[in-house]
Amino acid sequence: MNPAPSPSPLARAAFFGGVYSNYLALEAAIGDALRRGAQALFCLGDLGGFGPHPAKVPSLLRQHGVMVVQGNYEDSVGHDRDDCQCGYTDPRDNLFAQVAYDYTRANTPAEVKAWYRTLPATARLTMGGRRLLLCHGSPRRQNEFLWKSTSPVPFLERLLRDHAADVIVCTHTGLHWDRVLPSGGQVINVGALGRPANDGNTHVWYALLTVGTGGAGTAGLQVDFIPVAYDHERLARDMRQERLPEEFVETILTGWWTTCLEILPAREREAGRF
Amino acid sequence: MNGPIGVVPGENTCPSVEMAGLDTLWLYVAGTICNLRCTHCFISCSPDNHSHGMMTLREVRTHLEEAARLGVREYYLTGGEPFMNRELLPILEATLRQGPVTVLTNGLFLDIKTCGILRTIADGSDYSLDLRVSLDGWGPEDHDAIRGPGTFVRCIEGIRNLADQRFIPVITVTEVAASVGGSEGRSRFLKRLGSLGLPRPRLKILPLWRIGAEATRLRGYEPWERLSRDAVTDEGLAALQCSTGRTVTTRGVYVCPILIDEPGGRMGETLGKTLRPFGLSYGACHTCYVSGVTCRT
Repeated sequence: MNPAPSPSPLARAAFFGGVYSNYLALEAAIGDALRRGAQALFCLGDLGGFGPHPAKVPSLLRQHGVMVVQGNYEDSVGHDRDDCQCGYTDPRDNLFAQVAYDYTRANTPAEVKAWYRTLPATARLTMGGRRLLLCHGSPRRQNEFLWKSTSPVPFLERLLRDHAADVIVCTHTGLHWDRVLPSGGQVINVGALGRPANDGNTHVWYALLTVGTGGAGTAGLQVDFIPVAYDHERLARDMRQERLPEEFVETILTGWWTTCLEILPAREREAGRF
Repeated sequence: MNGPIGVVPGENTCPSVEMAGLDTLWLYVAGTICNLRCTHCFISCSPDNHSHGMMTLREVRTHLEEAARLGVREYYLTGGEPFMNRELLPILEATLRQGPVTVLTNGLFLDIKTCGILRTIADGSDYSLDLRVSLDGWGPEDHDAIRGPGTFVRCIEGIRNLADQRFIPVITVTEVAASVGGSEGRSRFLKRLGSLGLPRPRLKILPLWRIGAEATRLRGYEPWERLSRDAVTDEGLAALQCSTGRTVTTRGVYVCPILIDEPGGRMGETLGKTLRPFGLSYGACHTCYVSGVTCRT
């Protein structure tokens, strides 16, 4: 089956957020999405960082015809910039982000970097007559964090208005959520495949969008967040072999974030262990 | 006694910042009224400074309605000392219904009961509530010299009460003493917070703005402390909070929370009429640009 977008109307599609080099989770998610009848697969960027062997994820994405939107990681690695442009402001967050970035940049083949440079910053498609705008952080900035607790309804309505969209699909925060707005618009943060959702569980998440079954009395797309179990212990072994920080490995094994915490808003921070 | 609107000295030579869109709204809910009389306060707040007054819940609601129409993303409640406003808690609830809120406080009103109420309010909202507590050093020796005897210990008590209610307050420390830049006092302070149940406190270091009381405590701005067009970049200007924020007091809408005592800082009566470029002609603009600081958390 070819999962690439086809000329016929899309009824069901899968959307993957930051993969952070977690090739095992990506493999599991692709298989899961195809089993669930996804006609197209999309990835919203940040393919590298955090995990091991950064060449594996781009290879899997291309092999399965996944349409990829550029994240800040692809912009940085693709252009050999000095840092990941993740948008952290705290020294500890930045320290760990730099370790992940330096490893990823050093281990990404030139051919992959060239591909990263060609990726679009945003993409548009139609599902069920609704105009979807796919982006990494937000439609206005690649590394803007759209957290649930700091993305209020009036602000999201404004983003939809300003960018002529009915639905915004994004990632970058690593935490999945969605909001149906009074206007009927929707904003969906698909979360991340790269690391767990800071909830003490080791599985990761992606979003499946389906036309025509908009629940809760809305005319919108049905959004299902799908948990993906994968061989996280194998990933942890890989990470240790690659001498990535033990703090990263701990997150994979426990489901609790240990780094890049300071950027979390109060509500999301209170929900975690650290 | 409203000042002139948008009259900016030196406007013809200074750089100008574009308004990219209103993300952040500061509400001076306590005006310039404060229980303290800090000797470095950039707007000289005190118990008897009523130049900007207390904001009523009704006034706040009016601003919130306009903010919703403009798609504001986040709100900051400040003063003066916001907890001096008797309507603060209903104001907070109303604002938190519309978006995430940060309350700036000197920490002296954060008793056990108040922190319990704040937890209830926070849990009742979809949006984040942050409490931001300001200090002027890592210990009483610096802090109390600015804020008055005994204020450091009482502030720490307030921080503990917040921690007991599962808040992780943002703690701002002003660069008022040389020791703020050093590691010794900082690590002692962090250890102290750890013992209060805040192993990883969120710290934000703020520069001094040499206006208001601070202009007479040490010094005001020198003539060279001004921005010129050739010294700024588009990226640097876009990072300034005045490119995405505005501030409301009982006297009107201002460009930012710092320039509310500058007549040229006042941009209009309503938010919608202030979404235009602003000339960065003040010494405070120099501080923001050079230090890269934003008043946002």
